[in-house]
Amino acid sequence: MGWNLVRAWTFLVYIFMFLPVAVVVLLSFNASQFGSFPMTGVSLRWFVELAQNDAILRAFRTSLVLGALTAIISTTLGVLASLALVRYNVPGRNVISTLLIAPILVPEVVLAVALLLFLNFLSINKSFLLLLLGHVIFTLPFVILVVQARLVGIRRDVEEAAMSLGASPVQTFFQITLPLLAPAVFAGMLFAFTISFDDITGTLFWKPGGVETVPTQIFAMLRNSISPEINALGTVMIVLTVGLPLLGLAIARRMAAARGG
Amino acid sequence: MSVEAREARQPWVLLSPALTAVLLLLFVPLAFIVVYSFWLRTATGADQAGFYLDNWNEALTDPFYRDILLNTLKIAGITTVVCALMGYPAAYFIARSKGNKVILLLLLMLPFWISYIIRTMSWINILGVSGAFNTALLSLGIISEPVQMLYNETTVILGLVHFLLPFMVLNVYVSLEGIDETLEDAACSLGATRWKSFLEITLPLSLPGLAAGGLLCFVLGAGTYITPLVLGGPTDAMFANLVFEAIITQLDWPLGSALSLMLLAVLGALVLIYNHYLGMAQLMKGLG
Repeated sequence: MGWNLVRAWTFLVYIFMFLPVAVVVLLSFNASQFGSFPMTGVSLRWFVELAQNDAILRAFRTSLVLGALTAIISTTLGVLASLALVRYNVPGRNVISTLLIAPILVPEVVLAVALLLFLNFLSINKSFLLLLLGHVIFTLPFVILVVQARLVGIRRDVEEAAMSLGASPVQTFFQITLPLLAPAVFAGMLFAFTISFDDITGTLFWKPGGVETVPTQIFAMLRNSISPEINALGTVMIVLTVGLPLLGLAIARRMAAARGG
Repeated sequence: MSVEAREARQPWVLLSPALTAVLLLLFVPLAFIVVYSFWLRTATGADQAGFYLDNWNEALTDPFYRDILLNTLKIAGITTVVCALMGYPAAYFIARSKGNKVILLLLLMLPFWISYIIRTMSWINILGVSGAFNTALLSLGIISEPVQMLYNETTVILGLVHFLLPFMVLNVYVSLEGIDETLEDAACSLGATRWKSFLEITLPLSLPGLAAGGLLCFVLGAGTYITPLVLGGPTDAMFANLVFEAIITQLDWPLGSALSLMLLAVLGALVLIYNHYLGMAQLMKGLG
């Protein structure tokens, strides 16, 4: 009987998590002109309006470029650091790990203020560069955590075997290590991209006037009035941020399977 | 250079870009705002460098800041307790489920991937004046006019719980997975009831996970300013809202620095206490 209670409770928790999100998706297909309940029919009008809204399209472009650059830089730094931490007996390993994780132990608001003020002092004003640096430092710990977990499984003797057979260190890296690393690199990039694409807390501090990312654009739209396009935009975001990782997971699985087979 | 020396140098070469980034983009900036918090805002142009205690005096003695700080801790505390009450049984169910755990866990992690701002604003569709609840209650004839259920402290907590619950579930799940299930069976076979064996064996063993989840919920909850802006009323500002106000709206950067550091000190103290007793390993497990 106790178990059934736990089951019912869990079911309610799932409903709590999914109901609001489901309603966003539902309302995005609403034909009613106010975009709210009651639903008067099914229509794609809000998606059409979305596709014609220049501000939103610009925000999308900004978010995509920012997310992609963040993913590349953050993953490069993260993979190198993870390699060092997993592969070598670095003295003071725990201290170094904690230092590298520190950006998520500090409240994001505080990180945002510190970075904004310091870079402003160095004459780097609110700009795309500031946004990028902020996103890199904020995503780096997540990348390191994810990549480290994946790296532990890659054995070093494969590389040593390649070297003993006459491959140069550079050859070994590109022909042995990198292909083995690929799933970890991929997971790190995906993670960094998604976090960057979603971020609003730091972004509101760092973004220059007139530049919006998708989350800050949604935030601005919320403050003016609840426009029905928001639900459509929400649906697109959900498809992107849920669909991409799931797709990535599938690709990573396939890559791992191909390697094993 | 000898092979050994090169071997010893290599990890530092690999680590240096990331360490430099963290140093230059986090630690130096943090040190910088410590200095900045002693500067003075001037009515005209640049802030006055120097050693002035004005900002700290204001931040630490003005009851306005103290009350909002206490209220922020209260909201984060309630959020954490609600997350634990909702999340623990769910994590327990997933961990002990005979069905497909991966799918169950993935399902609960899905909202995690959905944008924070979307999840926050989605409650407007549910609780707003023309939201799902009001529409349902109106059509059932229970109310005759829409009721404003949004923009109060309860909806702020609701939004925070919705945002933070996956952190709790994940951390509790990780620690429950590490417990040998047969321990509970053994206790039962020795005469303990299911409930008793849970209370005396499983629950204590899963406390590190609960603590890790609790810390994350509390620290992330106490550091937010978006949720109160979207789901709270004019009097529901949290401490991070004050920081945002000072830095972005009033451009009072010295005061904003002092307020940021206050928030960092309070939340950092919690992280340090946690680290002292339980270490960071559990937290990293839940995050990775």
